[in-house]
Amino acid sequence: MIEQNKFATQYRFAFIDEATKREIRRKLLKAIAIPGYQVPYSSPEMPIARGWGTGGLHVTLAIIGPNDIFKIIDQGSDASVNACNLRNFVHTMTGVETTLDTQKATIIQTRHRITEEVLKANQIFVYQVPQPEPLRSVERYENKTRQMHGEADYAKMWVSLYEQYVRHGDIMLGAGYPVKVNDRYIMAPSPIPRWDIPNLHNSEAIHLFGAGREKRLYAVPPYTKVAPLEFEDVKFHIEDFKGKPCFRTGYKKAFLDELYYDDGSKHYVINDSNFLDKLVNKETPIQHENAYLNKLPHESL
Amino acid sequence: MQPLLAIKNLHKSFTMHILQGKKIEALIDVNFTVAPGEIIGLTGKSGSGKSSLMKCIYRTYLSDGGTINYHSNDGVVDLIALNDYEILHLRKTEISYCSQFLSVIPRVTALQVVAQPLLKKGLPADMANEKAMFILKALGLSEALWSGLPVTFSGGEQQRINVARAIIDPPKLLLIDEPTASLDAATKAVVIDMLIGLKSQGTTIVCISHDEYTLQHLVNRCIHLEKGIIVN
Amino acid sequence: MNHYSENWLLKVEGLTKIYGKSNVRSIENTGPLFDSNICPETGAIIACADINFELFPGEVLGIVGESGSGKSTIVKMLYFDMEHSAGCVSFHRAPYIGKNILNESNQSKRAIRNHLMGMVYQNPRDGLNFKFTSGGNIAEKLIMAGNYHVGTIREKATHLLEKTEVPVLRLDDLPAHFSGGMQQRVQISKAIANHPPLLFLDEVTTGLDVSVQAKVLDLIRELQQELGIAMMVVSHDLSVIRMLTDRTLVMKNGRIVEQGLTDQILQDPQHPYTQLLVSSIL
Repeated sequence: MIEQNKFATQYRFAFIDEATKREIRRKLLKAIAIPGYQVPYSSPEMPIARGWGTGGLHVTLAIIGPNDIFKIIDQGSDASVNACNLRNFVHTMTGVETTLDTQKATIIQTRHRITEEVLKANQIFVYQVPQPEPLRSVERYENKTRQMHGEADYAKMWVSLYEQYVRHGDIMLGAGYPVKVNDRYIMAPSPIPRWDIPNLHNSEAIHLFGAGREKRLYAVPPYTKVAPLEFEDVKFHIEDFKGKPCFRTGYKKAFLDELYYDDGSKHYVINDSNFLDKLVNKETPIQHENAYLNKLPHESL
Repeated sequence: MQPLLAIKNLHKSFTMHILQGKKIEALIDVNFTVAPGEIIGLTGKSGSGKSSLMKCIYRTYLSDGGTINYHSNDGVVDLIALNDYEILHLRKTEISYCSQFLSVIPRVTALQVVAQPLLKKGLPADMANEKAMFILKALGLSEALWSGLPVTFSGGEQQRINVARAIIDPPKLLLIDEPTASLDAATKAVVIDMLIGLKSQGTTIVCISHDEYTLQHLVNRCIHLEKGIIVN
Repeated sequence: MNHYSENWLLKVEGLTKIYGKSNVRSIENTGPLFDSNICPETGAIIACADINFELFPGEVLGIVGESGSGKSTIVKMLYFDMEHSAGCVSFHRAPYIGKNILNESNQSKRAIRNHLMGMVYQNPRDGLNFKFTSGGNIAEKLIMAGNYHVGTIREKATHLLEKTEVPVLRLDDLPAHFSGGMQQRVQISKAIANHPPLLFLDEVTTGLDVSVQAKVLDLIRELQQELGIAMMVVSHDLSVIRMLTDRTLVMKNGRIVEQGLTDQILQDPQHPYTQLLVSSIL
């Protein structure tokens, strides 16, 4: 450690030592300089197990400052156990203000969803990523996938999409649909639903991805082209809820959860908890706009 | 008139390394010419060098010495001195070799075998097949056999296919080994007529034959070989 | 007449592959005269050395030899499956004219493999991805050439399977469920998918049943006549060589011992080893 303390009497700001923070920041800069490219990093040990969000946590703790306002969601919800624990951890380690309000936050850490409410230029969106390698399903070996990325040899990925179409009549990937970033690298956007994929394209915010277990960081800087992989005649499409309204608000244009209530009845409710709360309180949060949303048939909207 | 083929001092021997380098002389100082349009018959006992001579002309055998001057469409060339590609080109365009027995390729029908030289040239399939059928009919091969596989045919039937293939696209120089072997008298006459008819299409023929009738009616001039030397 | 000599499609000069550490005398102390590929001083294995030949457009060249002759090694190096130790290979196609393609970047090599070369291996598992359908395997080549339209890809794949007499109904079946002969035919369709000017066939019928072998060879012969692709046919079987090739190279202990017209090699072999090979045909 750089600090020569014999006994640590208190936690450092943001828990991670300064040298490691510096390393992660440098790697993040490299990731931003090469959109979609996976940068290996040190991935230090955290007081949570691998597979529980260490990558996202690394990014957050490396970039957070005392004046930041921090929000964390887990599949859209601020209230899940892990979201709450991580929020408490970050607050304890940094003292920063935490919030549930998407608009107020400056750093938002997420597991597997992008917020319904639009992201702004002063915000950084941090993803927890289980498998950073989009080609892993078609190629087992790391040295081969690295070569494939290096030479932009993505034929195998395309063939696997073709095979899905042949077998099922459509590309069956639901979450984590592979995208091409900046016309160069194919990237795994973490297991976000198709609904969220178009919101990566030309975003005002910075998107940072951390895979702690796999030890990779990657990024999509603002105003970057992010295109889902599609054939000329088999195009990408988002989920269509077929006009089902949210049970609690009647809103039709958001990503819905299928919930079973205590009385056994099944209802569809907006997944993004803060967006839902705002609508329930009769506020008007501004939603992400994208071409795919506008393409949905009218009954759905 | 310039000869089509002028062979001078042709030598050919075989060195059998398996038999401790034993040397066998096949052709010794062979000299003769062939005029355009002539039909030459090579005669002699088995082992006298007839086949070797034809194969030396066709370049299946590498000659030891001498020259084989051939008047090609691009001028006079020494067939012994040409490289592989030039020989392949001549074989595709000017010189044909019809061996004694039909070489059978699996799965190719009798009609396809005969039509092949025209198909290779780029003729559409229906025209090539029509001509093939015409020749096979003239040679008396029954229609039922046209879509059959030659490997199952008798010697005579195979020979008809063999000859048909040789004459369907008349070359400038035709080297043909025993054209009338295994054929009955009637078919022999038809084949001989067809071969003579090739002259009007500019073909010169060098053939090997044992058959008296063929030698009498087909051949203009005989060249007799004994132990690799021409005797007359 | 001599306008043929400069028209080559592929020119190979001094192609050499050595395993292990060799010294200056390794090549001259190995080869057919020594009946050995192994350098007596260093133990290096000279898989092939001083290989020189040309391949012309539309020509079918055979390479015949027994195990250890180096014939497969040559083809593997030409297809970039294996690194070369020395040599220059020129491909007469833009933008590679005047270059040694063995020294090109990985990207260039991949482009050459996609667009200018096709390869059919002895074992279909080397040439096909058994996790993809037969259509998917062909699609891989078409996608690498820039086709991103599923309808067009399927149309072209169907057409190729028809050409190689694979039932079109099997377009969406996995090759693992095919017979050996059919797997080879799918490999052939894949190899010719982008209409390359050059096709390598490495012992493609070895191990197949005789009737299947005849079918595959006949198919190759037909394709060659129809498409005019230049081919290099590697085989230890002289009857395959006789049926398919115009010219042949005979190899022993990593060197070419004789080369010439196929009928001349088979009927008037000059080199002692060639004579031995030819006399050994059953």
